[in-house]
Order: sequence, then structure tokens, then C-alpha cells
Amino acid sequence: MRKIRLSFYLLLSAIILSCKGNSVETAEIKAQRIAIDENIEADPEIEEFVAPFKEHLNKTLDSTLAYNPKDMVKSDGDLNTAIGNLMADIVMEQANPIFKSRTANEIDMVLLNYGGIRSGLNKGNISTRSAYALMPFENEIVVTELSGEKINEMLSYLERAKTAHPVSGIQIEMDQNYNVNRAEIKGKKIDEDKTYFVATSDYLQQGGDNMNFLKDPVELYKVDYKLRNAIIDYFKKIDTLKVEKDNRFIRK
Amino acid sequence: MRRRNFIQQTSAATAFIGIGGLSSLSFKPNYKKHITILHTNDVHSHIEPFGPDDSRNPNMGGAARRATLIQQIRNKNPNTLLLDAGDIFQGTPYFNFYGGELEFKLMSKMKYDASTLGNHDFDNGIDGLYSQLPHAEFDFISSNYDFSNTVMDGHTQKHKVFTKDGVKIGVFGLGIELQGLVNDNLYKETKYLDPVEIAQDMTRILKEEKNCDLVICLSHLGYDYSHDKISDIKLAKATENIDLIIGGHTHTFLDKPTIETNKAGKKVLVNQVGCYGLYLGRIDFYLDDENKIEANGLKIEV
Repeated sequence: MRKIRLSFYLLLSAIILSCKGNSVETAEIKAQRIAIDENIEADPEIEEFVAPFKEHLNKTLDSTLAYNPKDMVKSDGDLNTAIGNLMADIVMEQANPIFKSRTANEIDMVLLNYGGIRSGLNKGNISTRSAYALMPFENEIVVTELSGEKINEMLSYLERAKTAHPVSGIQIEMDQNYNVNRAEIKGKKIDEDKTYFVATSDYLQQGGDNMNFLKDPVELYKVDYKLRNAIIDYFKKIDTLKVEKDNRFIRK
Repeated sequence: MRRRNFIQQTSAATAFIGIGGLSSLSFKPNYKKHITILHTNDVHSHIEPFGPDDSRNPNMGGAARRATLIQQIRNKNPNTLLLDAGDIFQGTPYFNFYGGELEFKLMSKMKYDASTLGNHDFDNGIDGLYSQLPHAEFDFISSNYDFSNTVMDGHTQKHKVFTKDGVKIGVFGLGIELQGLVNDNLYKETKYLDPVEIAQDMTRILKEEKNCDLVICLSHLGYDYSHDKISDIKLAKATENIDLIIGGHTHTFLDKPTIETNKAGKKVLVNQVGCYGLYLGRIDFYLDDENKIEANGLKIEV
């Protein structure tokens, strides 16, 4: 026993002796950020493993869902654009049946944000990949029940924004200085004593783009429907996209 | 301290005997332990590299390249720990199509040692996360999410000690407050516990009970905020006994770790490598003969 203990002390002393007199007692930390780029060869085993997933994914993403007769870019209009109109109309068309079946109410209007149009749609075949490019985020459609007063706040917001935020179900006419002259929801003037069902994304409802009028609605309804899935489902059921600017949101 | 004095005295007394008798021990004169920590965060399902036409990150990233790089580093230093700070999921159709299966399988192939959870890892619900667990051959470390009333109960660890070359490395994990960030029907009854309080518990356990030489916090709190939300920087200052915080969430591209001073006046490293697997973070710890990093002063090269 004594022998074992002695050799243990010998070992420890050896460590201390060997380490003294050089710099090893000072600890060091080094840090480096390494770029993963084309200078690093891809691991062939990993590539091989990913290949069948990639193939299946690409096949699905690139299968044609609909036809787009002309190029759509979000800069093609003043206060409404073909692509923005398309997105807002898709939300109305796809979400309303779900909302109606759950609440017996109908969506009065849709408001999205211009910044949320993440890409254009090229003329030609439209695929699932196009929908991912248009809407890469996982935002969900929600319906906010807003007082007429909040709708007027929304109009003031739009006056300040001077931006082609996509809408559906509402008709807004501004003068050249972006003051609202006329606003109608489903063909009727806005009634301060009424409430309106406004469909939007959860992102905007939670304060995205400072659309604060959406923050504290009378009631908030979830639709459990992702914006992108609504777009994909719409592309699937439609043969040729309708791609027109119109007079829903204009300056006169 | 007393032990050390004793050893020093003993060594002086036995020095003469020692030198002659120890030739059989393979003892390197430049003895120094070297632990390499590799880390990623917010990879967000980026499996393929960005294409040459990408406007922001042309020809960057890619899991197969990352695998090569990790293997090269491991070949040089087998005492390497590979960690991820969360948000493995969501960002490319790979996630939407396969629910995270591929991400977990690739991380397993790369031999990740552990990951913490990010808010986007709940994007297919807590059930979606749970269903992918069989594909992950690494540990999920989460100290401040209480999963007791969820399917994840028992599938994460509050802390874990890894031993590399005799060096004990304690790792714990902190997640961000999910309320407002993730729909509550997705994270269900996951309870968020205060990160600073939990960090104090974890570091005490790891340092005092488990005698860890290094303590690493895997965090998805975010690097820093202008408002008073808890962040990696605030955590570093408010705690002690953490050597390194590996962060995520804010997609912060640090070209070198930030050095903060903790509550006890010691240095803490805070690092984060942006997102999408564009970079690999690497921290090398060279420890002294007592597995300490701060015995006789600490040199940090960043």
C-alpha cells in the first residue's frame, strides 16, 4: 500500500517537474471562424446519402401546378400589383371556407404586406418551388375581428405607408397626396359601429411592419393554414393564373 | 490549495529519486491538453450549398463540405467536441418535406455530440420534434425547458459531462422564451424557466458536484438585444463558472468570440457563427497540467 502511494506521488512530482520551466502552465484559448465554401471538398458519403432525398424533393418541387401567362413582379403597380392582388385573393378564396365553417362568419377583407411578396412569378409553368420562393416563411393565416375604428386606423396607416400592401375585399381610392377619398368594404362604407373580419398573417397580426391596429382585435381566430400552403393549394386547383392589376387600391 | 502545497513539498523531497526512476513513463515534455470545440447554430435545414447565383452567400455552406471539415479537424485532434446551438429545423423544403429526418441523420453521421433546442425546432409541434428523435444519435441538452407534461419528457438532458483526454467538459443548454415566438399549440405545455437562475444551478452542479474543468453553455437566447430581454451577453455578465457560451437565434456573424467579464471577474467567451451552416466555429482550449484554464494567467487569442 505504501509503495503504491509513493509511486503515485512520484508520478505527480514528475508532472510538476516536467512542466516547470517552460510555458505550458499558461493556459491558452484560440478561436477561429472557418468558412465552409468551395475550397472544402464535399464528403462523397454524405452526398450519396442526400442524393435520393434531393431527387425526390426536386421532382416534387418542379412538377407543374399551373400556368402563368405573363411575368409578374411586385414593382409593376402604384398601389396595387398583379402579384399582390393574386396573393390577397388567394388568402380570401382559400381561407374563407375554413373560417366560415368554423365561425359561420365570412372574411370581409384581406390585408398582407408588400414586403411579404418575396419574389416575382415568371411567365410559364408554375411549380411548388415558385410558391416557396414567393412565400418562404411559415406564416399562418389568421382572422382578426376589428372595430370600424380600427379599420379607419388601418386607412391612416395606408395613407402614411404609400405602399402597395396587398388587399382583397376592400376598395380604396386616394387622392394624389395619398389621402383616402373613398373606402368601401364589400361595396359598403365603413361603419364605425360595426366589426369586420380581416384576414392577415400571424406575422403582421403580432406587430410586423408596425401594423399595430391588428394587435388587439376584438377577437382573433386561427385558421391553421399556412400562407404558402394556401398558395400551393390554389395553384393546384387553378389552371391558368389571373394576373391583372385592377382598381381595388388606387390614386386618382 | 492545501493538497497542492503538499504535492509541491513532496515533489521537492522526492525529486532526486524521481528523475532516475521514471524513464519508462511516456511523458511528453511539452505536456498540455488540447480540447477542440466545434460549433454550429441556426443551420435551418440548409443541406445543400448556396448556388453560384445566390445574391448573399454564393457557393457557401453545404452539409457534405461541413462533414469533410469536421473529419479533418477530428483527424488532427481526436479530443474534439461538436455542438449545435439550435434551430436545426426550418428554412428549406427539406424540412417541409421530411420533417427534420435528414437534418438529424446528417448530424448523426457527422457525429455531433449534443445540441440544444431552438424555437424553430418546435415548428412541426412538439410532437413533430419527438417523432424525429429516433433519427438523432446525439444528445439534446435543455436545462430551462420543463417538458414534464409533454411527450419530450425524459428525452432531453439538463446537463451532460463529456470527458476528453481526462478533461471533464460540462455542457448545459438554454432555450429562448417560446411564448410570442412559437404558436402555443405547437410547444403545448413546455414551461420556460428563467435562464439566469437555471444557469446558476447548472454551473454549480457542473463545477462543484461534477468537478468539470470546462463549462459550456449552449444557448438559443440570442446574442444581445437593445431592450432588456435576456441574451448571451447579459447571461455572461450575470453568472459565473461558464467558460464559453455558444449562441444562436439572432443569426449573429461574429468573426471572433466576444470576451465578457462574469460576476466573479473572470473571462467568458461568447461566440456565434451566423446561420445556415456557412461557417464552423472553432475554439481550442489548451489546458495546463491541472486541467485548468486559468491557473497562471490565461492567454486568449481570438
